[in-house]
Amino acid sequence: MDLEILSRLQFAITIAFHYIYPPLSIGLGVVMVVMEGMYLKTKDKFYENMTKFWVKVFALTFAIGVASGIVMEFEFGTNWATYSRFVGDVFGSALAAEGIFAFFLESGFLAVLVFGWDKVGPRMHFFSTLMVALGSMFSAIWIVVANSWMQTPAGFKIVGEGINARAEITDFWAMVFNPSSVDRLLHTLSGCWLAGSFLVISVGAYYLIKNKHTRFAKSSIKIALVIAFISSLFQLFTGHQSAVGVSKNQPSKLAAMEAIFETQSNAPLYLLGWVNENNQEVKFGIAIPSLLSYLIGFSADTEVKGLNEFPKDERPPVNIVFQAYHLMVAIGFLLILISSLGIFYWLKGTLFSKKWLLKIFVVSVLLPQIANQIGWIVAEVGRQPWIVYGIMRTSEGLSKAVQEGQVWFSLILFTIIYIGLFILFLFLLNEKIKHGPENVDSIPAELGHPKA
Amino acid sequence: MEFNLDLNTVWFILIGILLAGYAILDGFDLGIGALHLFVHTDNERRIMLNSIGPVWDGNEVWLVTGGGALFAAFPEVYATVFSGFYNAMILLLFMLIFRAVAIEFRSKRPMKWWRQTWDFAFSISSILIAFLMGVALGNIITGIQLGADKEYAGKFIDLLNPYTVLVGFTTVALFIMHGCIYGVLKTEGELQAKLKSWVNNTIIFFVICYVTTTMATLVYYPHMARHFKDFPPLFIVALLNMLAIANIPREIHHGREFLAFISSAAAIAFLLALFAIGIFPNIVLSNPNPEFSLNIYNAASSEKTLTIMLIIAAIGFPFVLAYTISIYWIFRGKVKLTNMSY
Repeated sequence: MDLEILSRLQFAITIAFHYIYPPLSIGLGVVMVVMEGMYLKTKDKFYENMTKFWVKVFALTFAIGVASGIVMEFEFGTNWATYSRFVGDVFGSALAAEGIFAFFLESGFLAVLVFGWDKVGPRMHFFSTLMVALGSMFSAIWIVVANSWMQTPAGFKIVGEGINARAEITDFWAMVFNPSSVDRLLHTLSGCWLAGSFLVISVGAYYLIKNKHTRFAKSSIKIALVIAFISSLFQLFTGHQSAVGVSKNQPSKLAAMEAIFETQSNAPLYLLGWVNENNQEVKFGIAIPSLLSYLIGFSADTEVKGLNEFPKDERPPVNIVFQAYHLMVAIGFLLILISSLGIFYWLKGTLFSKKWLLKIFVVSVLLPQIANQIGWIVAEVGRQPWIVYGIMRTSEGLSKAVQEGQVWFSLILFTIIYIGLFILFLFLLNEKIKHGPENVDSIPAELGHPKA
Repeated sequence: MEFNLDLNTVWFILIGILLAGYAILDGFDLGIGALHLFVHTDNERRIMLNSIGPVWDGNEVWLVTGGGALFAAFPEVYATVFSGFYNAMILLLFMLIFRAVAIEFRSKRPMKWWRQTWDFAFSISSILIAFLMGVALGNIITGIQLGADKEYAGKFIDLLNPYTVLVGFTTVALFIMHGCIYGVLKTEGELQAKLKSWVNNTIIFFVICYVTTTMATLVYYPHMARHFKDFPPLFIVALLNMLAIANIPREIHHGREFLAFISSAAAIAFLLALFAIGIFPNIVLSNPNPEFSLNIYNAASSEKTLTIMLIIAAIGFPFVLAYTISIYWIFRGKVKLTNMSY
């Protein structure tokens, strides 16, 4: 394997591992704000103890998120030095803004959130929870802005030539609000809310099946289900917006997502299929005629640009993008279905006696995680062979001072350590869930929630 | 050379401030980590851990933000140093990961082997992080082999020589002293008595390292002193540095640990100021071809970016200071273990 493949593999592994945690933190942040808000409103200790349990889960995911996140901050320099020289002027400022606006806010108030229960009053504590939740979303804003700039670069000019060429900012706000940042940010955030809320739903359903902590479980599920339902519908909308954006700004990516080789109107939308890139055909494909054209331009006549319009060395790998994209969309619909069923039976008053649905809830925690991971595969593999779309190739961004052997060494170590950390994380999370929340069962219902 | 306070210089100073903030704040975290294995009972180790519990994470953000600011303001330095020091950087990253998860995981399970393993990971990673950072600073002083293409041309092993290792030890000694004083501030009873009895030794250990490093620098790397020669008022910084260090044992002797801690924080800030004055206007010195050095002009982003970043910093920094001060105020006083503690 050459340096490019090794470096890409290492970035993929480190970012994929990292991206298990921030979506959980961002999603749990929203859940905690709602729960603690209910505590402030009702003054019912039950909600405080409920929040405390999720804070402990939050703290665990947050810690691994921070530890694996430091790697990301430095990895552009270690493995992508030429890229860093080229984009530092533009891309670096987004990362620095993330540090100063988001990380300090998050980590500062996290101290109060986790350790400050007896040190500050309930209002100040709630404020801290709110700030941690906001901080985690600010962080998403800046990192998605930085990544979106790599997808749809704007607000810059190229200065110098050859090895001295680099991008310089001309318009900061055009860089921040580049054509894809808003759509992609909303799409990413709703994916995060889904990850957090489905974790809560899953744990709650597990307790109900085991007939433990039932009041805690029911309350948690209700709160998370509302968030999940809204987010899953919002996800459909933002997903659509993002795809329309991709069709305009990154036509080669859209062509790979739907395996469109020849430019055509009446372009079909595949539900599934297997792409043979050499013969340029989709095997076993089930497609709805004209739907892609319709979705992108609200008319079947809308022309969709095919991959053959692009030189061979400017096309992304097709099948992996196609499969990841279709699986992501399928999961998106599945999440809408699951959360709608939950809301439907809740309104009917039979949700908590539907054992089959609770069982689905338990495993559903995996779905947003998988969708988040493969969604990023669509975004990043679909951008290839570019590191900055249309401007700089991935192969041109590598570190010149780094040898293959060094990357082998770090790649193997990262892989081993991350596998170990992941196993430990699952083990500790499992212990925490088995141990369960404290002081939520002993309070008699009549006394415990006067207003409920 | 002429000094004017242009944007590039301002950013050189700002990144210096971020790194000084990191060294002062995470410095005592690392120092506590280095001393961790020297306290023996589980309860005492938990108190050590929880003395930095609410703050270590925020302290590390200074490093992350410093890294981001370096990327934005001096991308050539970020790219050259991080790719050139690849193996050392990867080692540093692993240590930072181990340290973070060790703090988080240690007290999650009661088994003795579990806690001892994470205690070991926490302590060793703290020492190695301090050491690697010191070695990195040492290499900036000695200069590294850079090519005309701004790429590092040496090998990993070239980064280690007696001088850079000495700077590494000095950094470890500095943080141990700083952490020990912080520990005295945050603990009580037997543990506090133990830490108190160590303070003087940590000061002596640091002073020996400090004097040796200073002599070695003046003898072998006299370029670090050239601005002091050209503009003698700068010697005040060196004087203040020595006074701050000398004040530490004095405050300890009078039982004023808080003032000792402030002196030790000031000593760290002045040491970094001496270092910054010494290398200015270079950020990475090229040795043996000084003309290839990366300085605050040839390694910087455009003026527009530096201006935008300055606005971002001006908006963000007051907030950062406000959170930092509030958090330390909320968590002032001695450590008490609760059911949310590590």
